[in-house]
Amino acid sequence: MSELDENNEPSTRSVTVSEGEPGPSDWSEFRAQMHEWRQSVERVLPPWWSRALAGTLIVIGIVLPFLFSADSGFLNATIIAVAYAVMSLGLNIVVGFAGLLDLGYVAFYALGAYTLGWFGSGFFFKAHLHVLVSPVASTLPGIHLNFILILIVAALICALAGALIGLPTLRLRGDYIAIVTLAFGEIIATLAVNGTSIHLGGGQTLTAGNLGISGVDSPYFPGLGLFNELNLRPWYWLIFGVLLVVLFVNLRLRDSRLGRAWVALREDEVAAVSMGIPLVRTKLMAYSIGAAFGGMAGAFFGTYFTVVNASQFQFGFSIFILGMVIIGGLGSIWGAVAGGLLLGYINYYLIPDVLNSLPSKVGLNFQLTEIEFGIYGFLLVIMMILRPQGLIPERRRRLELTGRVAATDSELVEPTAISTLGLAESE
Amino acid sequence: MRPLAAARRYIGRWGLIVALAALPVYYGIRDLVHGYQAGFVAGHPVVHHDLTQLGFNFATGLSNGAIWALIAIGYTLVYGIIELINFAHGDVFMIGSFTAVGLYTVFGLTTAGTAGIVLGLLATLVITMIVCGVLNTLIERVAYRPLRNAPKLAPLITAVGFSFILQNVGLLWRGGSPQSVPDLINQGKTVFHIFGVPIVRGYILALGVMIPLVLVLGRFINATRMGRAMRATAQDPEAARLMGINVNQTISLTFLLGGALAGAAGLVYALFETNIWYFQGFKAGLFAFTAAVMGGIGNVRGAVLGGLIIGVIQALADSRMGPQWTEAVVFGYLIMIMVLRPRGLLGEETREAG
Repeated sequence: MSELDENNEPSTRSVTVSEGEPGPSDWSEFRAQMHEWRQSVERVLPPWWSRALAGTLIVIGIVLPFLFSADSGFLNATIIAVAYAVMSLGLNIVVGFAGLLDLGYVAFYALGAYTLGWFGSGFFFKAHLHVLVSPVASTLPGIHLNFILILIVAALICALAGALIGLPTLRLRGDYIAIVTLAFGEIIATLAVNGTSIHLGGGQTLTAGNLGISGVDSPYFPGLGLFNELNLRPWYWLIFGVLLVVLFVNLRLRDSRLGRAWVALREDEVAAVSMGIPLVRTKLMAYSIGAAFGGMAGAFFGTYFTVVNASQFQFGFSIFILGMVIIGGLGSIWGAVAGGLLLGYINYYLIPDVLNSLPSKVGLNFQLTEIEFGIYGFLLVIMMILRPQGLIPERRRRLELTGRVAATDSELVEPTAISTLGLAESE
Repeated sequence: MRPLAAARRYIGRWGLIVALAALPVYYGIRDLVHGYQAGFVAGHPVVHHDLTQLGFNFATGLSNGAIWALIAIGYTLVYGIIELINFAHGDVFMIGSFTAVGLYTVFGLTTAGTAGIVLGLLATLVITMIVCGVLNTLIERVAYRPLRNAPKLAPLITAVGFSFILQNVGLLWRGGSPQSVPDLINQGKTVFHIFGVPIVRGYILALGVMIPLVLVLGRFINATRMGRAMRATAQDPEAARLMGINVNQTISLTFLLGGALAGAAGLVYALFETNIWYFQGFKAGLFAFTAAVMGGIGNVRGAVLGGLIIGVIQALADSRMGPQWTEAVVFGYLIMIMVLRPRGLLGEETREAG
């Protein structure tokens, strides 16, 4: 009987918090206080404070690698974590902004990495095309493009693929979209593995399968120094630059007409369409832009890991990226960055370097790296149950999830000082 | 505009059925016209021009499909009642396989066949079903019930999370590589022939477990009080609650039933494939979900039909294109279903898949 009683309150709002959550009243009071406190601080600060903060953060980001030796493991983890943050930002557009659950994001990782494999190595050994590459690479056979060009090509290819994957899901909603994208991801992964038996003519295959396309070019930018495994700093500056560009695009998109259209579609598709939002174009744009960022990060991973190997492209990777978006907070740009960095560090630093021998210390016969996906699964479950809005929640979603339904327009509009640059997550 | 709409309606009605028939018809004609290599006699290949190989594919496919059908019922029941894709379901099936194989040693079942083996396997079946049913119910209690009123994305994500947790439990339990398990029933032994197609014990086992379970389940859903409660909750949880049905208990019951069937599938898989590993649940779950969608999600008969069809597609792809392409073919069909007929073969129009 007691279980029946739980459901007895009128279910006018479908988004109220369920049982087990601490009563929202004391929390919301606390939050309101924090909000007030923050606003009073912002009133004291000069109007350019957010620009100054952004500048400081960028400078810190640029000098960060000088604090570590050029080949340190921590710098390696940082580079990967920043690249994950780029992917996480891309997926956040699809899942967070537009509310289309994409479980096949690994497809864009694969396509981006293969773009690098195709256009930045000797894989097409009969072709001879060299555009702005290092003196060494320009003597080798194959197609060799400058890394910036590869990034652009990867973004274009992935945007096209994203739109193609989006097409069959246009009529569908929710869970069905998840399954179709998952199926596409698996199909691309299967193609990558079996690409050795797809012949393009002249002894040329589509991919190198599980053997991998090796001998890919390192990026070549004369000002940044040599890109190799002993000198990780230029890699870091490269991916940090990509992150800044992607971040800027994300911030501008969120407040644009398109960004608002995504949120409108996510919240109520029927209402949004009847208000004149073009459903097809808006949804496909979400898929395409999200995919493009994933492809850029994928191309970077391809050159950073020096091999494009089909066995990298597993379903678990899609969930790993989704975990970043969720742990950060769905729809929240800074959340996506934080989630990407956090899981990147956990995956490449905390689990393998710091905690790996923990189970054997307490007498268990396995290593923590074996069960890393179990750990992410556990994080996802815990996160969803205890803090479904994520670490740095998007304003709108946090209001929904904490049951503060009386969100007026004035609460949702961002404070002007911040929205000029759109730097800080609306708070 | 009118002919376009007519074409669209036509494709919606027949497109999926044509797409499904294309594969067996194409390979059947190819076997008849070009023939296939049936073996070697004195070093020379023997080419046959008949449908025996196709029949063989169908026999393998239907028995594989029986396993997918048992899992698909779990998906379809759960989706029917709370509109959630229970992503962890495939991994519950995997745990079922592992439990069953663990029980082999507990009951001392070995390939040196004794009279007690049937009894032992029946006990294994019952215990595996109970274990998986309870496990599925627990997952619902821990991961889905607290999120009953949250946005729909939330329980889907916890389901994915639990899928990974179960996979890693399996990984720690039996290691990361596929393990062969004792072939208790000598599953490859031919019992009789139908039109020259050998019917082996494994086929009979798979269908012989699936059909009675499905009949009992159908009887349970249609003719008992609890089954009626399930149907009522699936139709309208709010109204069912007002009519005095304990909705939470009914949902738990649904997960119990789905998990039990997945457990049965786990035992059949271990006996039939004689090979288990921690990742089997992923592929099985996706195939079974495809089956559930193909049949029309929420529809038990549809899940069985879809399971058998997916099994046949899988067998055809396995033997004609090579197993490495099977997943791509099945997922290609999944996307085709979504484009051509989202409601599935036997399903009704729903809000989700219009």
